[in-house]
Order: sequence, then C-alpha cells, then structure tokens
Amino acid sequence: MFLLEHEGKEILRRYGVRTPRGIVVTRDDLDRLDSLVEEYPVIVKAQFLFGGRGKAGAVKKADNTEELREVAEKLFQLEVRGARPERLLIEEFVPHEEEYYISIMASKSDKSLLLLASRYGGVDVEELARMGRHILRISLSPDEVPMDNVYRAVAKTFFGSVERDLVSKVAGLVKPLFEAVLGEDLLLVEINPLVFLGDGFMALDAKVIVDDNAGFRRDVTSFYEYNRSMTEGERIARETGFAYVPLKGDIAVIGNGAGLVMATLDLVKYYGGEPACFLDVGGGASADRIAKALEVVYKEVSPKKIFINIFAGITRCDEVAKGIVEAVDRVGIPPEMFVIRLVGTLEDVGREILESRGFRVYKDMDEAAKEVVKA
Amino acid sequence: MILPGIIDREVRLLVQGITGRQGRFHTEQMLRYGTKVVAGVTPGKGGQEVHGVPVYDTVEEAVREADPTASIIFVPAPFALDAAAEAILNGLSPVVVITEGIPALDTLRMVSMASRRGVRIIGPNTPGVIIPGYTKIGIMPNQYFSEGRVAIVSRSGTLTYEISKQLLDRGLGQRIVVGVGGDYVIGTSFVDVLKALKDDERTDAVVIIGEIGGDDEERAARYIRESGFDKPVVAYIAGRTAPEGKRMGHAGAIVSEGSGTAESKIQSFKDVGAYIAYRPSEVAQIVAEVLGVE
Repeated sequence: MFLLEHEGKEILRRYGVRTPRGIVVTRDDLDRLDSLVEEYPVIVKAQFLFGGRGKAGAVKKADNTEELREVAEKLFQLEVRGARPERLLIEEFVPHEEEYYISIMASKSDKSLLLLASRYGGVDVEELARMGRHILRISLSPDEVPMDNVYRAVAKTFFGSVERDLVSKVAGLVKPLFEAVLGEDLLLVEINPLVFLGDGFMALDAKVIVDDNAGFRRDVTSFYEYNRSMTEGERIARETGFAYVPLKGDIAVIGNGAGLVMATLDLVKYYGGEPACFLDVGGGASADRIAKALEVVYKEVSPKKIFINIFAGITRCDEVAKGIVEAVDRVGIPPEMFVIRLVGTLEDVGREILESRGFRVYKDMDEAAKEVVKA
Repeated sequence: MILPGIIDREVRLLVQGITGRQGRFHTEQMLRYGTKVVAGVTPGKGGQEVHGVPVYDTVEEAVREADPTASIIFVPAPFALDAAAEAILNGLSPVVVITEGIPALDTLRMVSMASRRGVRIIGPNTPGVIIPGYTKIGIMPNQYFSEGRVAIVSRSGTLTYEISKQLLDRGLGQRIVVGVGGDYVIGTSFVDVLKALKDDERTDAVVIIGEIGGDDEERAARYIRESGFDKPVVAYIAGRTAPEGKRMGHAGAIVSEGSGTAESKIQSFKDVGAYIAYRPSEVAQIVAEVLGVE
C-alpha cells in the first residue's frame, strides 16, 4: 500500500527522522488558511499516491497568505493521471544546498533489504543510474543489524569523508530507517531529497510503501489508500477475498487464478474486445462465491458480456455451474450475457447443469474468447 | 527422477500443517500421485494419523522417527515463517511454501536463513513442484501432468495447468514443472530453475510462464544469453493489458512507474532468441513445432 507523503513522514518522525514542520489541509480548510499558517515562506505539496510530483507541478512555494490561498486553490484543481488531490501538505520552507538520496527496500532481485544512497538527490534513482552517478548499494538480511561500516559507507558517499561526527549523524538517520522498515513492514522507504542541516539530516520528501500482507500484525486500515473512495464492488471483493480490478471496457472477465485471468484479459484484447474487469475468484470457490462475484460485476461494470473462464483443479465445475444458475435466478443476470468456458474437476456435472438451463459451455479458451468479442 | 539444483535427493516428504483442511486434502492427493509422504507435523496434534501418515508435534521428532528429506508447508501466513524455519533448522530441502499472504520481510528472513544453510525455498504462494512419474510436492491436479521431456517454470497456478494440459493433448509430457510463486519476494527464481535445467539430459525444451511485475523474466533472458543456454525456450507473459499501478491478484503482479511491463519481458526474451507465445494455446503449438512433433 502506497502512503501519502505526509503519512510516510509521520512514520519517519515516529522513528526519529526529522521532517519539516507542517500541517495537512483539505478543501474545507481553504477559508481559514491564514489562521493555520503563521510563518512564511511555505512549500505546498499536493498529496498524490505516486511519485514525480515535482515534474507534475504539484509542489509550489508561497511567500504570504494571499499566495498560499491562490496556490492551494490551484493545487486542489490540479489533475494528474486522472486524479485530484484531497489533501495538501503545507510545510516550512527549508533552505539547503546539497540534496542527497537514500532508500531502503525489500528487494525482490537481491532477496534482501537493499540500501541505496547517492550524494546527488533531487532526481529519481533510475535517472541517477542513467547519468552514471555513483549509487552505493548495500544488501542486508532483515536479521543482520547494520553496523558502523554501513554508516561509514554512507558518510563516504554523501560527504567523501568518514569523519566521526558525520558518521554518527548518518547513523542517526540510517538506523531509524532500518527500524522503521522492520517495525512497520515497509516494502520501501525512500527519502529524496534528503538534506543535511549541519546538526543532522532532514527528510524533505518521503515515499513509503507498506506491505499489504502484514495486515495481520499491523493496523493498515487507517491509511489513505485503504480508505480511498472504493467502489461497492471493490469493498465486497475485499471482504469476500477475491481479487477484483474494474477496467474500462465492456466484457467482464471472471476466472480462477491470477495468471489465468490476466491471460484471459489479454486474449479478449487479442481478439479485439475490451475487458471490463479482472476478477479472480481464487481456488476452490463455492457456488455462493461465484454468484457473489457475478453480482458484483453485473451491477458495477454493467458489462455487455460476462466471460467466465474456469480451469478447475481444486475448484469444482459443479459449484461454478450452480453459482452461475444462482446468479441468473437471484440477481437476474440475463443468461444470454454469458460466455462460459469450463474444464477440469467435475466438468461433466457442471456442463450438464448448465446445458440443462440452455447455456452453451465451451471447452476451448480461444473459441470462447472469439465468441465473447462478437458484437 | 530428481533434478539436481532443485530436488537434489530422493524425496521423502514431510507435510507441515497436515491436519488442516488443505493439508489433509493435498496429503491424500500427493499419496495418490505416488509421493512418499512419510510424516506430518502440527504442533499439539502429535500421535494422530492423516491418511495413514503419522503426525508429530515437532519437525525434529518427525526427522528422528520418519527420516523426511523435504517439506511442504500449508501453515497460515502468520505462522509460516516459524514453520519454514523449523524445516530449515532440521536440514530439510527443498521447503515448498504453498501459503499465500506471507509478509515480504518474513519471506526475506526465510530465504536468508535457508541460503546460509544451503536449503532451497520454493515459493511462497506456489502450486509447488511436480516431476511426473516420480513425485509431486504441491497442489496441482494430478491429471494434467504426465512423464515427458518439456520443463515448465511458472509464476502462476491454473494457467500452468492449462498450458500443461495442452502439451499433453499434443502428446508432450513434462520433465518437471516448477511453480516459483506469485509473491513479491520468492525463494527460487526462473534463473535458479534454468541453471538446473541447462545440462539436464532429460529436458528437450523449456516453457517459461511469466507475468507482469519485477524483473525475474529479464534476468532469465540475460542468463539464457550469458550461459549459452542451448535448449529451446518458449515464453508466455501474462498481463499485457493490465493497467499500471494495479495489483492483478498476485502480490508480485504489478506494473509500477513503468517498470515490470509485459513488453519489457517479451522484448528481453525475443532478444535472446526465445520463442514468444501471445496466447496460452500457442505455447504447446510452438513447442510441438520446435521439437518436430505432430
């Protein structure tokens, strides 16, 4: 789960990393900004769920109340990648010279916690790599505590020096970052730019990703992304435990297994159709679960066609068939809307249930896909 | 037949979480397939039997009494790291982790502990490994696999069964099928499996079933070039039409800020001379053509 900048900074502060003083405002606060902000200049940052906001014009400076109001109104109207910000972060302006880069991530390819650091912050790390800038890389396992050598390497990278005081300032940054990663199940914490103020570091930005799988041991329900305006269907999907992503087309795609459903979307598109959603019912789905999934897509994406693609292993075709029949009877989905491909465990039973109700059941995925894209 | 690098010795399997619903069901399925399931572990349930397999309280006890060599884990996510650690500490390998929803940090801990002790982790969130005609350490339906000379490595479950069945329909069986898992961090990558297959005399062709997210496919392509991998490789990548920033079911299946795209993976495989299938059904067709089977 991607955190908003201000949420990431709250975590950093909790672990002892300094951030600029700031407040978070919503549209409701527009009329009372003058009472909320006393010192100028300030930096106003639209809170989006992705990086690259500087380039998108989502970060502005304001020198007084009038400017702040103007900037704030403008930023609330700013549309980036189809989204408008619901919150702005207003922070003290922090004068600085050098900008640095540091991040720690759970690295898939290194199978470790990977620390990256560069003395050239302000641009993203891929850009740094393209520019041929030196990027320090240190891989640690989650149960290896960073020692002084790590702090020395970072100090050398930042300052070209391993002078004791600098190393201890670096330790005062890197240690809490590792603690935050371990303590909060973070997949990524990235500070860019990071600045040095003589008496220590300050994080001017924060990009933080929390592991969705850690929900059983951390409360992840208070974050913005968790509470973002979800569709009814997305909420039901989360409660019921199936994976559902609404899309823009008119052919709803339902299947069992993430890879198979992705492949089915691709196939629909290959034959010239547009998928209306991705829905993976998971393994061993009951009739009830199938019916619920069908209800979600029928009501929510108003599809022209519903393409069901089941390759049954643990899943049973009879349960799938019963679920389809239930959805037709209870939810009132028109039977002609379905294109059904069903193979695997108890295929014959499932086929019989469906054929007795007048459905055609396909065996071949390509044939079914060709049928579903027919206007 | 074992495949050194992935399964190094004759498999005598331990099932961790054997008394749960999934554990019971798949123990029976594995026994039917011919897997030597010699013991199960569920703390507190020692002394019971599941489909004739003795259950122990601890892995140490199971090792002492039944001498397993490998383990499969059906333990729920909050307890999966502990269970895997118990298998690792007792020297079992591979440890196949079926469990879905394990936090990435736990997987990193598991993998680093395993690599220090020379243990192979397969998964998490995997259907497991099957060597048709020899053993199954996994949950894949038995009927879609049969002895043969095509190896399959995949990040997916049902899509693998689909493609495997289509191979069978053309008379092409499998040397080995390895589900590497759909999670963000996994213990065994495509490259690890390719290394094991490179000089395997029983493998004629390799099918790679990848998907969006991460760079395992790109690394596999690089390995193919750098190692001079000379068996034909057929690659299929799922998720070409997935929108950016959306997790498509698997924790690892996400295109974020332009990285992990299907295009990049397909291009990488093209660049090293692999055959690309754009539809699942093309995989078996291409393999048949390449091997001159009809």
